[in-house]
Amino acid sequence: MSLVATLPIAAPHTHAHAHARPRYFTPGVWIVTAVAAAGGAAWLWRMVLGLGASTHLTDSRPWGIWIGIDVATGVALAAGGFTTAFLAHILHREKYHPLVRPALLTAMLGYTFVALGVMTDLGRFWAMWHVMLPTMWQPNSVLFEVAICVMTYLTVLYIEFIPAACERFIGRVSLPWKFARLNGLVDLALRIADRTLGRVMTVFIIAGILLSCMHQSSLGTLMVIAGDKLHPFWQTPILPLLFLLSAFAVGYPMVIFESIIAHRSFRLPGERPLLSQLARFIPFTLGLYALVKIADLVARGAIAGLPTGGFYSVLLAAEMVAGVMIPICIFASPGLRSRTGWLFTAAALVVCGVAFNRLIVFLFAYSPRDPAATYFPSLSEFAVTAGFIAMTVLLYRLIAINLPVIEQLEHGHADRPVLAPASGGAV
Amino acid sequence: MNDSTTPSRNDQPVPFVPGPGMSRRAFMGAAATLAALTVNGKAIASGHGEGLSPDRMAVLVDLTRCVGCRRCEWACADANENPHGALEHYDDQSVFRSRRAPSDREFCVVNRSSACRDDGQPYFVKVQCMHCEKPPCVSACLVGAMQKDPSGVVTYDASRCIGCRYCMVACPFDRLAYEFDRRLLPRVRKCEMCRHRTQHGRLPACVETCPVEALQYGRRGDIIRIARERIAAHPDRYVDHVYGETEGGGTSWIYLSGRPFEEMSAAGLPALAPVSPAVRTETIQHGIFKWGAAPMALAALLASLNKLTKKGEAS
Repeated sequence: MSLVATLPIAAPHTHAHAHARPRYFTPGVWIVTAVAAAGGAAWLWRMVLGLGASTHLTDSRPWGIWIGIDVATGVALAAGGFTTAFLAHILHREKYHPLVRPALLTAMLGYTFVALGVMTDLGRFWAMWHVMLPTMWQPNSVLFEVAICVMTYLTVLYIEFIPAACERFIGRVSLPWKFARLNGLVDLALRIADRTLGRVMTVFIIAGILLSCMHQSSLGTLMVIAGDKLHPFWQTPILPLLFLLSAFAVGYPMVIFESIIAHRSFRLPGERPLLSQLARFIPFTLGLYALVKIADLVARGAIAGLPTGGFYSVLLAAEMVAGVMIPICIFASPGLRSRTGWLFTAAALVVCGVAFNRLIVFLFAYSPRDPAATYFPSLSEFAVTAGFIAMTVLLYRLIAINLPVIEQLEHGHADRPVLAPASGGAV
Repeated sequence: MNDSTTPSRNDQPVPFVPGPGMSRRAFMGAAATLAALTVNGKAIASGHGEGLSPDRMAVLVDLTRCVGCRRCEWACADANENPHGALEHYDDQSVFRSRRAPSDREFCVVNRSSACRDDGQPYFVKVQCMHCEKPPCVSACLVGAMQKDPSGVVTYDASRCIGCRYCMVACPFDRLAYEFDRRLLPRVRKCEMCRHRTQHGRLPACVETCPVEALQYGRRGDIIRIARERIAAHPDRYVDHVYGETEGGGTSWIYLSGRPFEEMSAAGLPALAPVSPAVRTETIQHGIFKWGAAPMALAALLASLNKLTKKGEAS
């Protein structure tokens, strides 16, 4: 409807031109760069002047958007990486291969900024390495499990991405200036890495999925310890299961969301038929989440609070209707999911829905003992968060242009089977 | 104050000394065992005192005696080297207009509750770290900066802390304060039950200073017994509830009140389930990862799916 028609991707376009590598900077990219630069300045401000000067955190509200958005939401939205790897590499649905690397790149960058986000938030960031010291470990801590898994998974993600660099540079290593004499050595290293990884990649893929399941769920367990400070709509012993299921559910929508934006940005025809096929899975993953979520609300009796829940009832209803029910209907309809505009709308709804869920659990539904204690993020908090997101976009673009990530960008698309042009304009 | 409500001789506060017949070495041994157990993730599973010394200490707060003089706040600041003015500044009653929580400069504060005595005088509630029996902050801390000392004190070790503030999210009472204004070396700040005094046989500063003997320091078992005895002796004076005996799995600060505790909730004594939230998370966490069974099963499942589907495609 009208919402769809106003989306940029809905505009009809029929570009199909040849493939010089796209320019890095466009007016849009300059804007993103400005956001990243502002974020960098705010980040420096925080590092130099401390948390008190740069955030609105208080004793009652010790966690703000750096945890709620940068960490909790960042981890959830990076779920495209392991869910696509599962489909293409574990279940060997080979046709989905073109979706794996972009998702992997998003996950790699996403987790990098999760780590940076955590560091920004840590009062004693310089002591972060304590987490790696076995003498410091405290395995009763859910956060310990999350920290170890995230660190390990980030390493796995970097390893999984090495083949992309190998593909691009083997036989083409040309280092500048005096480093040129190392060309042979680097080339050899890349070849060795490529051959070794080729044999053991399955192990890393399995490890990646395993680690993802572990910390995606533990991220939910994290807030169980807040007890009745977390509203009963969300406080449940199965919060880890709900976090895991919603991570499964947001994986493919995130891939669809990104694919449409990336192809549009690079003026490529897009992968609509493949995305439509991927979209068939979403009603099941999202439906399973909805089922368990509702069953949990009913089983605990929390649902009885819905008529009197006020603000919290609105949050719950918004999350479940806009983020779950509507997208299920769109993705379940073959007619709608075959149109780019609808695909994008539904994917964006799921992405926002899961992001909203994380924000609710970590911020909105958390009530400190002091009812007068409020939290609204400071300008620096917003700037740093926006800056990290902008940096993710900029690095994604940089790597997508220079390494084999997006198939249509790498090989051109003229010689590929003709894909239907994006047809969102028909909506 | 009538005679029978003043503490009797045997109610006298006793500084914490490692249990009868417990040598210093045995005490250190017990501490080390506790630390080792904690590292193995097995310590104090149910939150009912297992793994804690039977001689762990507690403080009884008799709200029917407290007059809201705030001498304890002054003594606390003084004993912990926190900034504080002269004692007279603590006569200021205007602070009672809003609800207060301990801060990075005040480890204990007194709130005025909405509850009133028969004579119309309000009840006051002194609040500070409750030193839970099964502290969620200890369970939450990923680097072991928060520890439950065998003497009952929940301690904080800044040299381990990375500043994640998960302990503050975990605290069921919101009693942890953070030095947000320190740039590089922020610490969590809290009452440590004056352990720097008690280990030298002195009383916690607030207990020592309280002019109306509203506070009493002693072994937790004794404190709860005394609380029950007071209720039994004066059922007209006290409601029949020992706050902190089971709240949140039990605390080391034990409260008696003349009005129902629901009326003290806004002043800082929330109604809490009798189990520590940490028990729940540890059950979930160690359940999911017990012997690594679930992760290993998932890995095996993924590996076999990978193999099976590969064959399917080849044929």
